[in-house]
Amino acid sequence: MLVGHQPKEFLLAVEALTVSFDGFKAVNDLSFYVDENEIRVIIGPNGAGKTTVLDLICGKTKATSGSIQFRGKELTRMRENEIVKTGVGRKFQNPSIYDDLTVFENLEISYPRGRSVFGALTFTRDAAVRDRVHEVAEMIFLKDRLNMNADLLSHGQKQWLEIGMLLIQDPDLLMLDEPVAGMSVSERAKTAELLNRIIKNRSVLVIEHDMKFVEDIAHKVTVLHQGQILSEGTMEKVKNDPKVVEVYLGH
Amino acid sequence: MTDNRFFNRSELIGILVLAVFLVVVLPLTLDVFRLNLVAKYLTYAFVALGLVICWGYGGILSLGQGVFFGLGGYCMAMFLKLEASSVENTKIQSTPGIPDFMDWNQITALPFFWKPFNSLTFTIAAIILVPGIFALIIGTAMFKRRVGGTYFAIITQAVAAIMTILIVGQQGYTGGINGMTDLRTLKGWDIRPDHAKIVLYFFEVGCLFACIMIAQFIRHSKLGRILVAMREKEDRVRFSGYSVANFKIFAFCIAAVFAAIGGAMFALNVGFMSPSFVGIVPSIEMVIYTAVGGRLSILGAIYGTLLVNFAKTSLSETFPELWLFGLGGLFIAVVLAFPNGLAGIWGDYVQPRIDRLIASRKSKPDGWTDSSVADGAPAE
Repeated sequence: MLVGHQPKEFLLAVEALTVSFDGFKAVNDLSFYVDENEIRVIIGPNGAGKTTVLDLICGKTKATSGSIQFRGKELTRMRENEIVKTGVGRKFQNPSIYDDLTVFENLEISYPRGRSVFGALTFTRDAAVRDRVHEVAEMIFLKDRLNMNADLLSHGQKQWLEIGMLLIQDPDLLMLDEPVAGMSVSERAKTAELLNRIIKNRSVLVIEHDMKFVEDIAHKVTVLHQGQILSEGTMEKVKNDPKVVEVYLGH
Repeated sequence: MTDNRFFNRSELIGILVLAVFLVVVLPLTLDVFRLNLVAKYLTYAFVALGLVICWGYGGILSLGQGVFFGLGGYCMAMFLKLEASSVENTKIQSTPGIPDFMDWNQITALPFFWKPFNSLTFTIAAIILVPGIFALIIGTAMFKRRVGGTYFAIITQAVAAIMTILIVGQQGYTGGINGMTDLRTLKGWDIRPDHAKIVLYFFEVGCLFACIMIAQFIRHSKLGRILVAMREKEDRVRFSGYSVANFKIFAFCIAAVFAAIGGAMFALNVGFMSPSFVGIVPSIEMVIYTAVGGRLSILGAIYGTLLVNFAKTSLSETFPELWLFGLGGLFIAVVLAFPNGLAGIWGDYVQPRIDRLIASRKSKPDGWTDSSVADGAPAE
């Protein structure tokens, strides 16, 4: 970073971020910046620290040192639910949905209202909630499955449901950990279409191994290796970087 | 039409069946002694009801509900004991006007924390607030630090053990191992004769239904669904913007308050309170009632409590040594074979048959009017 540069124009500014697990630095002095309305994909070999980066941003893991600024707010000192309220949404690697609840109830719980104990007791399922749930359900191809128990969905549908649960929160930064892993070819195409539709007015941070999918959606790619940035730039640039070919793409 | 914030149609039927069973069938068929036994069993049903919210829905297993049962029971017993220890009742003591056990322990003045229990209003508030605040403190200390699952269960069990030791050790203030006995009147009204037992039974059933309604409201609110969601995917709830700890604390406090109301009812209906209802063994028994009834079923927990206690009374009279093994075996069998308890058996096997029966009669023009739901089984 140049001296005097205003980090505020970035949606997300990660600077000198380090986390150490018993001396092992899973993320080591990492810095990167995400613009408004950007789709950033993080790639890298297993153990590169990709998921750890998302864990650090959403507060699941506490940073050893460094800073994460989101719209000028320091996230490293906030609790998970406060980070969500500032506008950061996170999808987990394995579809993380509530099996014993219906698709409707899954989406309703994520609707950003009545998040306190008292708010949840007095929450009413009014027209605004119902309309929003239906709108999101249509987007994630689950419109006709609203009253189905979520455990009856296919793997791909569960992934979509979790994406929908994030959409209904309307986050400014959406973080997706391997959204198309385990999906069929047609599901994958639909997911790419879905992601392209939902990125309007928000930034997306994606971890993905599927290079075809990455090429389809990425504005910019960050390659991680051993907790550090190996290369960063457009897909074209990254693909032709000899270091990247050696540690990752060449395999 | 009947769907509202408390129950849907089939739940309403279940609640009505239970109401008829407790308010009409049992008082008409049982003598006062047996009815008073049912009143005693129902005090545990309050605890089981709280465990349905806390353990069944929230997934928080507490093995220390006896603590809250005891706190509620002791609050009530302290009031009743003070009333029974009037100066003229205790004039043979070296210090008249204080509870007998204090006199035996050479205590010469009423301790400061006993004094407010001269007031019934204060006592009623204390029955709710003392266990509620105690649960709030334990819950905050544990859940804010993300202590959960087995660790939480073990800690609640330790609390139950500590509480028993404390009560037994502080004999002069608590009545020790004997507890508080010889409770006589409530605001001058004798609680010992048969007609008083009947009135207290109906009062208790009324309170139980009030608690059932609160539980139903929680279950049908979004909070109820968040508890289920939390039990399954705690992280997902957390990263949907909820403070998971606060919801767990709430569920634990509700369970504590329900247990305390049960304890207070125990002191009233049974006429004494002792540390034997506080410790580890009674706390685990209460979990077994909930498991047998079905930990996801509000009504199931009540039938489970009644059933296990009836079995306990009749079997322990016949086979006193074997009963505890039977209880343990029952718990293991339920957990292995019927994880949702009686309510699960009802929902999986009995209800579908009744539905089919009703459906087939409905298709005939004249008469399904005589079809009835069997009594005495969890209807949910």
